[in-house]
Amino acid sequence: MHKDSVSRTLLVATVLCIVCAVLVSSSVVALKPLQERNKALEEKKNILEAAGLMVPGGDIEKLFEQIEPRLVDLDTDHFTDQMDPTTFDPRAAMKNPELIESIPADKDIAKIRSRSRLAKVYLVKQGDRIETLILPVYGKGLWSTMYAFVALSGDGNTVKGVTFYDHGETPGLGGEVENPLWKNRWLGKHIYQNDQLAIRVIKGRVDPNRPGAITTMDGLGGATLTTRGVNNLIRYWLGEEGFAPFLRNFRTRGETHG
Amino acid sequence: MAELTPKRVLLDPILANNPIMLQVLGICSALAVTSKLETVAAMSVALIFVTAFSNLFISAIRNQIPNSIRIIVQMTIIASLVIVVDQVLKAYAFSISKQLSVFVGLIITNCIVMGRAEAFAMKNPPLLSFLDGIGNGLGYSTLLFVVGAIRELAGSGKLFGHNILTPTTEGGWYTVNGLMILPPSAFFIIGLLIWALRTYKPEQVEKE
Repeated sequence: MHKDSVSRTLLVATVLCIVCAVLVSSSVVALKPLQERNKALEEKKNILEAAGLMVPGGDIEKLFEQIEPRLVDLDTDHFTDQMDPTTFDPRAAMKNPELIESIPADKDIAKIRSRSRLAKVYLVKQGDRIETLILPVYGKGLWSTMYAFVALSGDGNTVKGVTFYDHGETPGLGGEVENPLWKNRWLGKHIYQNDQLAIRVIKGRVDPNRPGAITTMDGLGGATLTTRGVNNLIRYWLGEEGFAPFLRNFRTRGETHG
Repeated sequence: MAELTPKRVLLDPILANNPIMLQVLGICSALAVTSKLETVAAMSVALIFVTAFSNLFISAIRNQIPNSIRIIVQMTIIASLVIVVDQVLKAYAFSISKQLSVFVGLIITNCIVMGRAEAFAMKNPPLLSFLDGIGNGLGYSTLLFVVGAIRELAGSGKLFGHNILTPTTEGGWYTVNGLMILPPSAFFIIGLLIWALRTYKPEQVEKE
């Protein structure tokens, strides 16, 4: 058979495709468990970091034992025990028709189109008192959906930490949402003022002497659209459509159980 | 071109026949990943691996590849290797793979890989092709490291994430050069490096 004949060409193409397909799929299947473990660990690490409980070089699984997952029903704005929070998977919930609800376009400032009715939040308790409340938030940046945790102290208002754990923004620009120095500037910011959503992420740096500095956060240099995305997703999830009514219940009743 | 000895095949691409500076291949990723040395290092290792092995495999079956589909055959082999590399990074070097994000996948489009497969591996035996892949990968890495060092130092005052010139944002004196963080700065740096290299080695200048 000649090298350039049609049948030979088809044969080479077929064999090559089979060999490459087997190689690629077996590597994906073989490495999947390790990758899933990395992802889960990364998420736990970010929850710990948001809560300020991460110790460098610490055992993530062990540290994570201090943290209690709970579910919040965003329709009733209370804790709920409808499902088991330890096994609740937020990504799977996004595919569950019973949980998913679409967001009207005029309210969808975080550009996420739909969300799960139940949200998995994390609590750090000291005895019976909730010390830290860690809320999952996400929304569109410039290129990607950015996922983050926002940790609030027991007053449901003061920021204890913010960590972005999954995004595809430009490294060095929007990717600086992962920069620890930027993240540190979130500490002590207030989300609400007189029970109204007040937090804003602005372009440039915040002058600490100006009034309102406590509810204003620095943007990311050179990443206007990512900054806007951060502002939108924080304001959506902590606004009236998101966790604000729940946090109000939480503050006034000192709610600790569902 | 002079005779192809293994040593020349391996070492020539580093300076004398650098894939970026002389052949002007692989510019796109050189712009994208050079803002930090850490990502440069990971990208270099990944690229050396892919060029070396794609050259090896393509050269091994070069006499079987029908001419009409040779580019797509090369592409398939390269793409498969890149996916494997990406999966391995995600499993064993998760934090680095997060930083490189899409750029690992973009090795597929790196002209150096295709360029060497088409120009070298299709005509030469496997072992020599493998060395040529490593050599060109090293040439690419060398330039990436130079550009990365300049950009990270000027753009964030750091090398490998360690403070060298403490920037004002961290209470130091160094006002960072924002342009150096942005991809176009790599264009200027690579341009200046090509100018410097061609002044030093005038035989690399293209004839009018």
